[in-house]
Amino acid sequence: MAASVERTETGDVVGLSLGDLVRGRFFRHRAAVTSLIVLGVIVLLAFTSVGTIIGGTGKLTADPASGLIALDGFRISGWWPYNWYENYPLSNPGGLPSWEHPFGQDTLGKDIFARVMRGTQQSLAVVVLIGMLATVMGVLVGALSGYFRGKVDAVLMRITDVILIIPGLVLGAVLGHSLNGNAVALGILLGLITWPGLARLVRGEFLALREREFVDAARVAGASSRHIIFRHILPNSIGVIVVNATLLMSAGILTETALSYLGFGILPPDISLGQIISEYNEAFKTRPWLFWWPGLFIVMIALSINFVGDGLRDAFDPRQRRMPKSTSLWREFKELVGGKAATK
Amino acid sequence: MLKFISRRLAATFVVLIVASFVVYMLVALTSDPLRDLRVSNDQSAQHKMAILSEKLQLDVPPFFRYFLWLRGAAGCVIGQCDLGIAFSRGDQPVAAALGTAMASTLSLVVLATILAIVFGIAIGMTTALRQYSAYDYTVTFGAFIFYSLPIFWVAVLLKEFGAIKFNEFLGAPDIPLGVAIGLGLVFGFIAQAIVGGRLVARLKIAGAVAVLATILLVILDATQWFAQPSIGIIGVTLSVAGIAAFILFATSSMSKRRYVIAIGATAALVVALWFPLQFVWFFLNNPLTVILVALVLAVLGWLLGWFIGGDDRKDVARIAAIVGALATIPLLLDQLFIRWETYTNLSSLKSGVIATIGANTPTMASHPDTWLRMLDSAAHLVLPTIALMVISIAAYTRYTRATLLEVLNQDYVRTARAKGLNESTVVMRHAFRNTLIPIATIIAFDFGAIIGGAIITERVFAWQGMGSLFSYGLHHSDVNLVMGFFLVTGIATVAFNIVADITYSVLDPRIRLSEEA
Repeated sequence: MAASVERTETGDVVGLSLGDLVRGRFFRHRAAVTSLIVLGVIVLLAFTSVGTIIGGTGKLTADPASGLIALDGFRISGWWPYNWYENYPLSNPGGLPSWEHPFGQDTLGKDIFARVMRGTQQSLAVVVLIGMLATVMGVLVGALSGYFRGKVDAVLMRITDVILIIPGLVLGAVLGHSLNGNAVALGILLGLITWPGLARLVRGEFLALREREFVDAARVAGASSRHIIFRHILPNSIGVIVVNATLLMSAGILTETALSYLGFGILPPDISLGQIISEYNEAFKTRPWLFWWPGLFIVMIALSINFVGDGLRDAFDPRQRRMPKSTSLWREFKELVGGKAATK
Repeated sequence: MLKFISRRLAATFVVLIVASFVVYMLVALTSDPLRDLRVSNDQSAQHKMAILSEKLQLDVPPFFRYFLWLRGAAGCVIGQCDLGIAFSRGDQPVAAALGTAMASTLSLVVLATILAIVFGIAIGMTTALRQYSAYDYTVTFGAFIFYSLPIFWVAVLLKEFGAIKFNEFLGAPDIPLGVAIGLGLVFGFIAQAIVGGRLVARLKIAGAVAVLATILLVILDATQWFAQPSIGIIGVTLSVAGIAAFILFATSSMSKRRYVIAIGATAALVVALWFPLQFVWFFLNNPLTVILVALVLAVLGWLLGWFIGGDDRKDVARIAAIVGALATIPLLLDQLFIRWETYTNLSSLKSGVIATIGANTPTMASHPDTWLRMLDSAAHLVLPTIALMVISIAAYTRYTRATLLEVLNQDYVRTARAKGLNESTVVMRHAFRNTLIPIATIIAFDFGAIIGGAIITERVFAWQGMGSLFSYGLHHSDVNLVMGFFLVTGIATVAFNIVADITYSVLDPRIRLSEEA
């Protein structure tokens, strides 16, 4: 491949590292790069527009001195003039979208754009936490049971089976309903229960890789188990891990929004995209914008993460890459028409 | 085989018990059934709390309370179920609350799973066989979108758009000629995309399908079929012939004379039995009749296959039995459609045939005619089933495509092609069976996801099923109700696992051999 050959000043050929190759292949995947940009824009928009809160419970409290309503926690304000928790005068009858409130307002006059942005922030926070925690857990469990096999494997895999047999949403709901609607806690808990699928895959990778010659060579050279696991086998299974981490994240946002929709996830007064849909469920016929925007943002986030995952899969495993075949239908059509013209 | 199944059964059983312990502890430790009473100002609150604690044995630590619950649940094996009482539902025994909810939810979940498997595998196979075609790209992109859809959002959309628009159409069915031609062209376009190949072949397929579909739609419109749909002997004959042709194709035995004769004879027998069966449907007005008819037709098919089969009699008999069993579906649908007019004329059906609320029409629940009740359930099942299926179909499509492509690249497939077998034999006999093996393993995973989805769809469509019991129980800190839900869904999951395992070992002789050895 011409792209993988680089020359130094003296003319020596310099090979590209695996990272360079993967990065190159990923950036040639148009859908994945587009999705990454969309995801970046969503993150920027969600966090800069309405600002965010750091620390605190995120709940509304009335300041006893001034009587003003404020949020608990350190508030960073953004460039959007409206908040997600205050009621504003309706700019259009019924809260129809207008220039001031492009996503519309609900019956109380809350600005839907601000609400959707806050919901997106919360959902993104949960997704990131799930991605990180579940990946770490899954890799750890999978690596230990795949590498050590035997009793360790048996114990860890039985634990995995137990978690797998409880439907994810059920386990999430049982854990989530005791959290009082805290997004960070929900993300951590979901992260702690969504790892078994990844653990099984990593275990499979480790079972296969531990029999390879380079592992034997490392062992003979006196490498410790820890060194072999983290320095030799793990880098070789990074593709599977990264791809499945993205799949975990896209499944994670759907689980979080579903839990919030059912009332077991993020609860009012705080906001999640699923909870907005649940709150305005009955208003679909009269105020459809209350329903469309949060749903659209869920789909956009999940879809972009899925496409990034697809791009990563192609980048790590070029065997599965799609080879666009030039379509011959148009040529056939021209021949067909051209042939008829010639016989005339 | 038996040893294999019993060992699997024992292993999953242990896992199920441990999982139930985990769920019990989590619910019991994180919820407080006395919460409402604690904050109440009622004079007698103290007294009520004492009564409730006594009733729920709250003085026993959760760890030991679980074993009390388990003892009651173990009684189910000998027919004396004691799953505790649901205090949040006025001390109704959980077993009684489950009884009514179980049927509606399990029918929803099982139907959605089976349909998702069938459609997902079919679509996935066609995309794999037409790799890198426009059809493949479209389906792959569509699968990505469906995979990213929140189910509660889809369900609301289906309810508001799908149901209402379709009911309006059924209220005054009329297909103008222009629409019929347009739909015909759409079908033609889809058909050519799936079949693929060179331009001229594609145009022929597209033209033929478009013309046929348009004519069919015009005939159906002219005979007012959508206002009074019926299947009748003609519809049954056509469907059974279709099933027979499909099975012949799927087992790639089109060119084998004995297979064709045996399956044709089974199909003809089913059609001949259509009239006598009318009496069976009428007099044995019971849901179990469906199973009975399916069994009888399967046995008859098996016998025919056995006598006609010659040297391959085992294989022929098995395939003919499958045809016989599958032929029950159009026969049953025929019975349901006969009652269509009675059903649509019911006074309670104001909003249209496709229902958006509940698992059945309340006034219909005790109707003496089983088939009318079944039609009612079917009308209520349509939307939630579609909502549940959509996302699973996307997953199965992508998985089947990837697996079949991998199998088609294997050496033994190249060998099969090299020795001159035709493409349908290579795909259906050699590649497809091995594709099913990994798919059988993800079905069990996916079943849990579908149960989770059922909790959501039940909420959207206001079903009084297992999912709503679960939500209700969890919101009201009712451990027994949550455990009842978990017990039923857990056993259903295990059952699906076992079915998948058996399918697995039927499909893959290597597993059978290694287990018997």
